[in-house]
Amino acid sequence: MSVIWILVGFSVAVALGFLIAFIWAVRTGQYDDKYTPSVRILFEEEKKTSTFNQQNSTKKEEGSAWNGDGNRQVR
Amino acid sequence: MESATVEEAQALCFHCGTPAGNSDIEVDGKPFCCAGCKAVYQILSANQLCQYYNFDPNPGITPSLHAAPRFEFLDDPAVIQQLIDFSDGSATVLTLRIPQMHCSSCIWLLENLHKLDEGVGFSRVDFLKKTLLIRFAKQKTSLRKIVTLLTSLGYEPELNLGSIQKKPAQAMNRSLFLKLGIAAFCFGNIMLFSLPEYFAGSRADFSSRSLFGYINLLLSLPVALYSSSLFYVSAWQGLRKKIINIDVPIALGIGVVFVRSVVDVLLATGPGYFDSLTGLVFFLLIGRLFQNKTYEGLNFERHYQSYFPLAAAVRKNGDERTIPITSLRPGDRMILRNNEIIPADSVVMKGSARIDYSFVTGESNPVTKVVGEVAYAGGKQAGATVELEVIKEVSESKLVQLWNDFGGSERSKSRLLTLSTSIGKYFTIAILMLTAVTVFFWWMVDHTRILNAATAILIVACPCALALAAPFAFGTTMRIFGKRGFYLKNAGIVESLSKVDTIVFDKTGTLTQTFHSSIQFVGMPLSEKEIRLVASLARNSTHPLSRTIVEHLAQKDLSDVHSFEEVEGEGIRGIVEGIPVQLGSSNFVRGKKPCDEPETTETRVHLSLQGEHRVWFSFENTYRKGVTEVLSHLGRKRSLMILSGDGDRERERLQSIYGQFADMRFDQKPSDKLAFIRELQNAGRKVLMIGDGLNDAGALWQSDVAIAVAEDVTSFSPACDAILEGSSFGMLDRLLEFASTSQHVVYASFALSILYNIGGLWFAVQGLLSPLLAAILMPLSSISVVIFSTTAVRQLAKTKGVI
Repeated sequence: MSVIWILVGFSVAVALGFLIAFIWAVRTGQYDDKYTPSVRILFEEEKKTSTFNQQNSTKKEEGSAWNGDGNRQVR
Repeated sequence: MESATVEEAQALCFHCGTPAGNSDIEVDGKPFCCAGCKAVYQILSANQLCQYYNFDPNPGITPSLHAAPRFEFLDDPAVIQQLIDFSDGSATVLTLRIPQMHCSSCIWLLENLHKLDEGVGFSRVDFLKKTLLIRFAKQKTSLRKIVTLLTSLGYEPELNLGSIQKKPAQAMNRSLFLKLGIAAFCFGNIMLFSLPEYFAGSRADFSSRSLFGYINLLLSLPVALYSSSLFYVSAWQGLRKKIINIDVPIALGIGVVFVRSVVDVLLATGPGYFDSLTGLVFFLLIGRLFQNKTYEGLNFERHYQSYFPLAAAVRKNGDERTIPITSLRPGDRMILRNNEIIPADSVVMKGSARIDYSFVTGESNPVTKVVGEVAYAGGKQAGATVELEVIKEVSESKLVQLWNDFGGSERSKSRLLTLSTSIGKYFTIAILMLTAVTVFFWWMVDHTRILNAATAILIVACPCALALAAPFAFGTTMRIFGKRGFYLKNAGIVESLSKVDTIVFDKTGTLTQTFHSSIQFVGMPLSEKEIRLVASLARNSTHPLSRTIVEHLAQKDLSDVHSFEEVEGEGIRGIVEGIPVQLGSSNFVRGKKPCDEPETTETRVHLSLQGEHRVWFSFENTYRKGVTEVLSHLGRKRSLMILSGDGDRERERLQSIYGQFADMRFDQKPSDKLAFIRELQNAGRKVLMIGDGLNDAGALWQSDVAIAVAEDVTSFSPACDAILEGSSFGMLDRLLEFASTSQHVVYASFALSILYNIGGLWFAVQGLLSPLLAAILMPLSSISVVIFSTTAVRQLAKTKGVI
C-alpha cells in the first residue's frame, strides 16, 4: 500500500508544475489580451516577403485590367 | 450600358472602401476616393507595406485632411513626461489609444510601424482595448514624429487631457485569473483524494485515510485564504454599510465549512467537506469572471477632460508656442484655430469668434463673439483664427465648475437595489433563524448532534446556485445585447433596465440622426447643368455637408474644378466649366450683406452661381428609422418624455410621431435637464435617460440608468451605463423588453436553486448530511442553475427576435 505515497507525490508534483506555469502565464500578462494574439499568429513571417510581392503584383494586374475596362466603358 | 453602371457602382476606393465614383484620383490603376486615401497608399507602397491590403478588403481609414492637427506640444518635455509609461536613457515606452483600429490589417500595420520609422523598436496592439504600446529610441525619432506618422496614416491617437491620467486597470483582472486557477487546481486534486474515502467504505486502512485528509486540508488552505478573499471583502464592505448582500451568507458558508472540515480532519472524526468547499469557490469565481466581462474598447466614464486638448497655442514675446493647457495662466494670449476648443474662459482680443457651444448647451448654431467679449471654455471655434486672452485657469472655468456641480468625476452607483442584494438579506435571516431552531431542537433531543446539524445547515444553505443565477443570466443577456450594438457597462445594468418606469429622451442626435439629414433645395430650381456644377464643386470637399450634397445630387459625370478653395468653417469656391460657384455660409456666399432670412435652427448651405445668390440647401434632421414603432411599444408600459435643448419648433412633428408624451420640454439648458430628472426621481419614478451629447451629461449622470446614443461607439460619448449604436435604435423597444425577460429567467433560476437548498436542508436539519451527499448536491445545483439560466436566456432571445 505504501506505493500510493510515491504515486501521490508524483501526481501532486506534476499538478504543481502546471499550476506554476499557469501563475507565470498570468503574471507575465498572457491573460491581459485574449484577442489580438489570435490575429497576430496568422500574419506571415518576414522571410516570405517575396511571395507577398508576387501575390501583390498579380493582384495589381487584375486591379488595373479591371479598372481600365471600367474606364473605357465610361468614356 | 446597364453593366457599366453596375461596375461603376462597385468602384470602391482601394484604401477605405467608400464609393470612389469616377474621381480621377488613381495610382497604379487603383481607384481612390480622395487625396487622403491616395497619400496613405503611397506611403505604404513606397515602404513595401501593401500587404496591409491583403488581410481585409479596403481596410483603410481616410485621414482627416482639412483640419490637420498640430502636434508641436508633443516636443514639450513636460507633456512627454505625462504621456509616457516609462523611459530610460535610450528607450521610451508609451501607450496610445487609437479608437480607429478595426480589423486585422490595422493590427498588422500598427505592429509594423518600425518599417516606417526606424526609431520605433517595437509596437504592439491590444485590439480590444484599442491601444498601441510603442517602444522607441529618443535619439532616432520623437513622440511628435510618431504621432504625426500615425495621423498621416489615418490612425490619429486620442490625445486629450483625459489621456494623461493613468489608470491601474489590469491588476484586478489578473488576480481574478490567479484566484480561479488556484481554486481549479485545488478543487481537482481534492476531488481525487476524496474519492477513496467515498468508495472504499470501511475497507481503507486508517493511515491512508488520514493522509488524504491532511493533503486535502493543505490543498484547501489557498482556496479558503486566497481564492475566496474577494467574497470576504465584499461581505465585509456590505456589512459596514449595514447591507446584508449575497456575499454575506457565502462568506459565512465558506468560513463554517472550512472550520468544520479542519476540525473533522484534526480530530479524525470524518473526512471534512473540502471538495464541496473548493468546488463552491471554483464555481463562484467562474460566475465572477463571466459577470466581469467589460467592453474594454469603450469608455463609459468620460470626463469633460477627454474633450479637452492637451495643449494650446500661445503667443509669448511675439513667438507662437504650444504649452500644456494645465500651465495656462490668466493673461496668456491664446491662438485658436478653426475647430479648436477653448480650454479656459477668456476674452476675445483679435478677430471675430464664431463659437459653437453645442458641446455645452446643445445649441448647434454658433454664437458670434466680438473683440472684448468673454468666451467661456468648452466652445469650439468655427471659422478663422482668433486670439484670446485667458482670464481664468482651466480648473476654474465655468464649464469645470458646472461639471463639479453635478457630482464631479464619478457617477454614483445605481440607486436601484439589486435583487441579489435584497434576496441575500432575507435569505441570510431565514437561514440564521432555521439554524437557531435546529440548535434548540437538538439541544432538547440529542446534544451530540447540535454541532453537526448546525454546521450542516450553514454548509448546504450557502447560496452558491443563487449567486450564480444572476451573473450568468445577465452576463448572457449582456453578450446578446453587445452583438446588437448595445453595450452595457456591466451585467448589473440589465436588472436596472428592467425596473425603469419612465424614459426621458433627448431629441437632437438621439431621436434624430446626426449625419443623415434630409436635404431640400429652397429657391429657383436648378437646371441639369447647374446641378452638375454644384456636385462637381462639392465633390472636392471632405466636409460632411458637402458629402451629403454630393450624395443628394447623385451626379455621375462631373467636371473638373479650377482654383478650388476651401475656407475652414465658411465654405468652398471654385470655377467649374468657366463658371464661378460658391457653396457655404450666408456670409461666405453673399459677402457681408445683412441677413434677411428669418432666424432658424436648421442648417443651411447657401449657393451662388456666377456671383448670383441662388438661395440655399436646407438640411433638416431626420428622425431615426423605426422611431414611431419604438416609441409606441415603449409607451405601452412606461411614460415617455422629451427633453430638448432646441426650440419647440418640432413639438407638433413629435406629437404626430407619438401622441402621448407625458411631458415635452424645450429650450432646456444642461442644468435644467438635470433638475428635471431629479424632480422625477423625487416623485418616485425610476428614470432612464437616453441622450447623446455632453449637454445631456448632467441628466445622464442623475438618472437611474443612462444610455448614450452614438453613431460611432468609440467616439466621444458622455458618462453613462450603456452605449447604443445609432443604427440599433430601432431595436431599443425589443432590447428593453428583453431586459425584463432575462429578469424573469433570474427569478426562475432562483426558484430552482432554492429547491436544491430546501432538499439539502431536509438532510441537514436532521444531521444526516454526509460529505458525499454535499459533494454531489453542491456542484449539481450550481451546474444545473448555470445551464438553465444561460440556455433559457438564449432560447428566449431567439423567440423574441433579439438574436
